[in-house]
Amino acid sequence: MPNPTKIVIDCSTGIEEIIELTDAEIAEMTYAAELAAEKKAEEDAKAASDATAKAALLVKLGITADEAKLLLA
Amino acid sequence: MANTFELIASSTVGSGGASSIDFTSIPSTYTDLALYVSGRTTSNAGQNWAPTRGTFNGSSSSWSYKGLYGDGSSASSGSSASSSEFGDVSSSLTTSNTFGNLSIYIPNYNSSTNKSVSVDFVSETNATTALSGLIANLWSNPAAITSIGLPMNAAYGLWAQYSTAYLYGVKNA
Repeated sequence: MPNPTKIVIDCSTGIEEIIELTDAEIAEMTYAAELAAEKKAEEDAKAASDATAKAALLVKLGITADEAKLLLA
Repeated sequence: MANTFELIASSTVGSGGASSIDFTSIPSTYTDLALYVSGRTTSNAGQNWAPTRGTFNGSSSSWSYKGLYGDGSSASSGSSASSSEFGDVSSSLTTSNTFGNLSIYIPNYNSSTNKSVSVDFVSETNATTALSGLIANLWSNPAAITSIGLPMNAAYGLWAQYSTAYLYGVKNA
């Protein structure tokens, strides 16, 4: 299977080239994708943790989420 | 003298998709640059929108940004001291054939000072939830900009077919 390509437009000539990525560029892309996936997993985990903590606090206070919003309005 | 707004170059992604759209040898005859992108990705990382990065002169370092976002139900902010963000386009999870829009403005691209980049964007889908935002980028490099790259993060696949990028030069801004 051929490597993905990139588009390069030379603005001085108007010529557009479709260039196949090198293996090194593919490796760099893969690494960047892994970093992004890790970051998203961390963000999702934090969001889930925050939601759990928020729900626990509401239970502790004995109020609903809507009532909490009313207090903060 | 009236301001001018001239198309420098444009590109439409073909059937195989593209990992990046790069404009090279940008002429220095303008004061500002404006880049308009209609984009979609071939994959997703479990979300409806795909953040795009930018490079100047092939450099992905010395970048930082701060952004404000809204997705129809909540507002948020984001920042990085080590990367750029040129806005989010529609990922493959969104309604077929919908494309996000990026409006990117680069003032004083020939100057010998650090470069600012302002972005106004919205991802699209034929449903209630999409992401819009305003982003301020800083490229801490005094070099004149001669090339701009729009590499797609591989986590979101490639720029999908029919994505477009139009680069304009602005004179006497």
